[in-house]
Amino acid sequence: MDFFDRFSIPPHDDPMLYASIVAIAIVSIAIVVGLTYFKKWGYLWNEWLTTVDHKRIGIMYIISALLMLFRGGADAVMMRLQTAVPDNTFLDAQHYNEVFTTHGVVMIIFMAMAFIIGMMNFVVPLQIGARDVAFPRLNALSFWLYFAGAMLFNLSFVVGGSPDAGWTNYYPLAGTDFSEHVGVNYYNWALQISGIGTLMTGINFIATIMKMRAPGMKLMKMPMFTWSALITNLIIVFAFPVLTIALLMGTFDRQFFTNFFTTSDGGMDMMWANLFWIWGHPEVYILILPAFGIYSQIISTFSQRNLYGYKSMVASMVVISLLSFLVWVHHFFTMGQGAVANSIFSITTMAIAVPTGIKIFNWLLTMWKGKIRFTTPMMYSVAFIPLFTIGGVTGVMLAMASADYQYHNTMFLVAHFHNVIIPGVVFAMIAGLIYYWPKMFGFMLNERIGKWAFWNIVIGFCLAFFPMYITGLNGQARRMYTYSESTGFGPLSMVSFIGALLLAVGFVLIVYNVYYSFRHAPRNVGDDPWNARSLEWATHNPVPEYNFAITPNVNSEEAFWDYKKNGHDLFKGKIEDIHMPNNSGWSIIFAGIFFVFGFCFVFHVWAGVIIAFLGIIGCMIYRSFEKDDGHHIHKEEIEETEKKFGGAK
Amino acid sequence: MRELFPMKQVNGFIFSLLLTVIALSVYFFDMSFAMGLTILIVTAFIQAAVQLVVFMHAGESKDKHAIYANTIYGVVIAVLTILGSLLAMVWGYN
Repeated sequence: MDFFDRFSIPPHDDPMLYASIVAIAIVSIAIVVGLTYFKKWGYLWNEWLTTVDHKRIGIMYIISALLMLFRGGADAVMMRLQTAVPDNTFLDAQHYNEVFTTHGVVMIIFMAMAFIIGMMNFVVPLQIGARDVAFPRLNALSFWLYFAGAMLFNLSFVVGGSPDAGWTNYYPLAGTDFSEHVGVNYYNWALQISGIGTLMTGINFIATIMKMRAPGMKLMKMPMFTWSALITNLIIVFAFPVLTIALLMGTFDRQFFTNFFTTSDGGMDMMWANLFWIWGHPEVYILILPAFGIYSQIISTFSQRNLYGYKSMVASMVVISLLSFLVWVHHFFTMGQGAVANSIFSITTMAIAVPTGIKIFNWLLTMWKGKIRFTTPMMYSVAFIPLFTIGGVTGVMLAMASADYQYHNTMFLVAHFHNVIIPGVVFAMIAGLIYYWPKMFGFMLNERIGKWAFWNIVIGFCLAFFPMYITGLNGQARRMYTYSESTGFGPLSMVSFIGALLLAVGFVLIVYNVYYSFRHAPRNVGDDPWNARSLEWATHNPVPEYNFAITPNVNSEEAFWDYKKNGHDLFKGKIEDIHMPNNSGWSIIFAGIFFVFGFCFVFHVWAGVIIAFLGIIGCMIYRSFEKDDGHHIHKEEIEETEKKFGGAK
Repeated sequence: MRELFPMKQVNGFIFSLLLTVIALSVYFFDMSFAMGLTILIVTAFIQAAVQLVVFMHAGESKDKHAIYANTIYGVVIAVLTILGSLLAMVWGYN
């Protein structure tokens, strides 16, 4: 039985763990039984699992992201509960380590990344007037590789044990000397697999945006979200290879006894931190730039004005993309480099505040004298501006290297990055989801429940994270599973816990809102329920498979607004046959084999690794010789569909 | 005849051979390590540029500006990343 011992979880003596294993098993069985009972397997396979449609892939990304949001959110509530009172014994130290590690990885890699890529998938082709992305099959593969990585990571919870070296996974702690069990192997392979998927997305979207824009849409006439997606994908293509290599070096250290990051035999343990943050800091901007793009769309729509300072918005994003590669050392100012090195990175870090500030002012000036409608997405956007600015200002505080010696590794830092990521990325994604919901599903989410959720989330956010600034300055270290009463962190930590609960209530309300609106919301919302401005709203609701029956003809970054108000002729030409890509199960099978490959690698099951590797090569050979010319949707069929929607567009 | 003969490619081929000979000379002549490495790095970068422009047709399509901009962006990021890492891990490390 030696072989099977490796799959057991290191003992925690924790009934909660076993309860969740049972819960996972029951839910999985329930899903399988439910799908069989309602005879939905065929539908699921044909319409979703094998799809290459960018809209459906986007929706699958967003659903996965929401699932991961709840997984990571449960981790967060557990952490706040553990630290709510001094000397709490709810979690032990080892369990707490695992919880904060998985919280970080799940939220960044599997929630935020998936959410932004899902948004880009759904919105970008519509916004540039394309029928799909440049490489639809590759796009499906990206999603399934991400999904395989996410599932592999979540499997660590019940098979073998979760990683516990922090989401930054610093060596030598993450090396085999200090982290003997398989947790960090899971980290390496889950991130590796989903990272490959992300890199493919990057290439795919650059090609899409550079090559597939509608006639007349010059680069400087692209809607702002598409601009942000272009810049983001550029950063992805340059940043993710660094992560790939760093993870491989870590894997070699842990599994093949090399010495890249060890403390002996010429290894350099801090090189991991260096490589990790060369990827990690651009990653921050990979997350925030699409959020900026979403805010630009929403603020301009609901202020009923064009976006103020279009060119400076684009220029500041380009500058951010360059500067984002020049600041990574600020994550380890205290490592031991001298004043010169720290000063240089201190200055570059502060410099990033300038283009970001330009964007903030542009949003404010867009709202200035606008006729603002306070819909739920707009409320998130308006709340974002002051909250994000607080996060930005504390970021400048942290950027001062000498002062950072005080803040480093305290709750002050934790408060700072949550203060930029939650109002920045999470608010943007929720706002974007509500904003694009009618395009995705053909009905609107309830505004009243949406606003209740909004207030819970905003107040919960403030209560949860502002106290950490204070306890952090008072010296509370991050990642500590408990503290004594004499430190005085107790009351503020309790406030933090209450804030976390309010946040949780807010997210549950969002889910309830989906259920409620699905049952009760009217379906005749029209194609343009928000009176929006950019091209994605010129499609039908919900969007047909081919997006635009006639390729639109663009004259400005607000082509749809010009079409509605200024008599611009958006759809010249007539309906013709449309060439579309075929669905294929290849992507999900390929990613499934990759999952097996990763799993076997984690546990050193070499026979499985070799077989899965041959499978991967086999899949690629099959794809190379596969002949797939796609299919045509015929003119009559399109005219039929268009008539059903009431007129060709 | 002029149109048929690929003058640019032949020149590029001769030039890249020349670069290879210069790089190879590092092995045969007695010089300091720093000197040798400098020659190797300089010839390697020129070689890469020649390959990109002459044989991979970087400048011949309509989107040549995008290709060059992207290449230069990539090189700049790579160089700055390496210099920054050296600064943090070696030169500026106490």
